[in-house]
Amino acid sequence: MTTATTDLDRPATPPAFQEISPGRKFRNRLATVLVTGAFLVAMVPLVWVIWTVLAKGLHRVLNADWWQKSFGGLTSRNPGGGVYHAIYGTLLQGLLCAVIAVPIAIMVAVYLVEYGRRSRLAKAVTFTVDILSGVPSIVAALFLYALWVTTLGLPRSAFAVSLALVLLMIPVVVRTTEELLKIVPDELREASYALGIPKWKTIVKIVLPTAMSGIITGVMLALARVMGETAPVLVLVGYNQFINYDPFQGNMASLPLLMNSERLTTNAIGEARVWGAAVTLVLIITVFNLLGSLLSRLTAIKTK
Amino acid sequence: MAKRIDIKDLNLFYGSFHAVDGVTLAVPPRNVTAFIGPSGCGKSTVLRSLNRMHEVIPGARAEGQVLLDGEDIYSAAVDPVSVRRTIGMVFQRPNPFPTMSIRDNVVAGLRLAGVRDRKRLDEVAERALRGANLWAEVKDRLGKPGGGLSGGQQQRLCIARAIAVQPDVLLMDEPCSALDPISTLAIEDLIGELKKDYTIVIVTHNMQQAARVSDQTAFFNLAGVGQPGKLIEVDDTEKIFSNPSTKATEDYISGRFG
Ligand SMILES: Nc1ncnc2c1ncn2[C@@H]1O[C@H](COP(=O)(O)OP(=O)(O)OP(=O)(O)O)[C@@H](O)[C@H]1O
Ligand SMILES: [Mg+2]
Repeated sequence: MTTATTDLDRPATPPAFQEISPGRKFRNRLATVLVTGAFLVAMVPLVWVIWTVLAKGLHRVLNADWWQKSFGGLTSRNPGGGVYHAIYGTLLQGLLCAVIAVPIAIMVAVYLVEYGRRSRLAKAVTFTVDILSGVPSIVAALFLYALWVTTLGLPRSAFAVSLALVLLMIPVVVRTTEELLKIVPDELREASYALGIPKWKTIVKIVLPTAMSGIITGVMLALARVMGETAPVLVLVGYNQFINYDPFQGNMASLPLLMNSERLTTNAIGEARVWGAAVTLVLIITVFNLLGSLLSRLTAIKTK
Repeated sequence: MAKRIDIKDLNLFYGSFHAVDGVTLAVPPRNVTAFIGPSGCGKSTVLRSLNRMHEVIPGARAEGQVLLDGEDIYSAAVDPVSVRRTIGMVFQRPNPFPTMSIRDNVVAGLRLAGVRDRKRLDEVAERALRGANLWAEVKDRLGKPGGGLSGGQQQRLCIARAIAVQPDVLLMDEPCSALDPISTLAIEDLIGELKKDYTIVIVTHNMQQAARVSDQTAFFNLAGVGQPGKLIEVDDTEKIFSNPSTKATEDYISGRFG
């Protein structure tokens, strides 16, 4: 064994690969710091919000009454009661909205991708959807007020809220569905046509199921989004401390509306109600998101 | 039942582009016809026009006649869907339906046409999978997704799916181009089997394959870029490969161009 290097040990040619230069090492470190820093900056407000909401509201929601009762008959000096009436309102308005918006939006997307391709009407529809997706919720709410209350003379109601939410939900679902249908390979459509399956059946049984998992995610996200919308409930329905099951008549509470009204109760009881409702809304939206990813995992395309 | 195809003066267009010019060709029943020719000469285009898949592409159209046992599939009264039910197709790249199990893939054509009888569907699935030489490999995992099979198995699955609806004619566009030699051989054997019941038209870039599987060979060529493809000659495979009547065919099969 010898440790001395001889000529023979030395490579005959200089090494082909170089070390990482100090400049590159520095730039790499700098970029890492910047990216990590940006991540932290983005996380701070998020964690802060969630922390505040939980810290101030969690204690209020941790009893059964909160989930089962309303504030009916309670004044701002009575503790107790719950937000069942507002949870019901939020869920009902969201679901009514989804029941109307989702079929329309999916059919619009199917038209755009499967039938309209490059036609004038399709371009016009795409343009309209683009504009609609930029409409602020207050504008949708006022439009519906003008239509529903002023023109048609109908009373303000939870259903009117749902209709305003429909306007907000349609463009989101159209967009996601359109993108998802576009990535379904044409080969699948051709495989189906080649079996003598008509086009509409190909769309219903092959194309939509292939895109279903993504569509469900999109719908759930859109639903979670519209359930937190505040402008439509402020404009189109009044707050109600009692439980109202009828979407067509009378005032109906919802969580955003409840928060907005209880905000005016300037004592500890009102404050606890507001934060409790905030926790509840965040929880509901989280549940919807989780449900969405669960459903989309169940319908996802499997290869094993 | 296997049927004969007579192509009469068929011209095919993509928008204003004239892709294939004046093809006249007869495909006898229970017979394998191979389409060969350089890339871009219109083999796939002609093949797809035989079950009206050509017109699925926006702007594509066909002029001329394609007679299936004497009946023009392009006549105005004919529903393209019924044509495709009679004339099945296997594509270059395997394309099983990703949302369906192996069994459901095979019987997709029947199920989507409204057949609900489970027992009958199971029978059809088994018969088609046996027909496609895939039964032994998948019989224990019929409920598993079709996308989990190997490429060669997927291609045979697609063949099973195509024959499950019992078409009269089977069109195959380079069915082996994505496959290894073993799977290729399996599919060639299968074509030999299927020939007993079906009329088969196959596009291939592989001369040996054309020579091995086909009874009749059609050579397509094109004069230049932007020119329409043309049918140069069609004859018994043996004759084409031993003693073709045009110089272009001879050059092509001997590998002097293309
Ligand atoms: N969808 C399409 N739109 C427009 N032109 C097309 C389309 N498909 C094919 N073509 C054109 O038609 C001509 C014939 O194409 P085709 O696919 O039939 O050739 P091919 O003989 O099958 O070639 P290959 O051996 O490479 O598969 C080519 O010039 C091609 O560019
Ligand atoms: Mg081709």
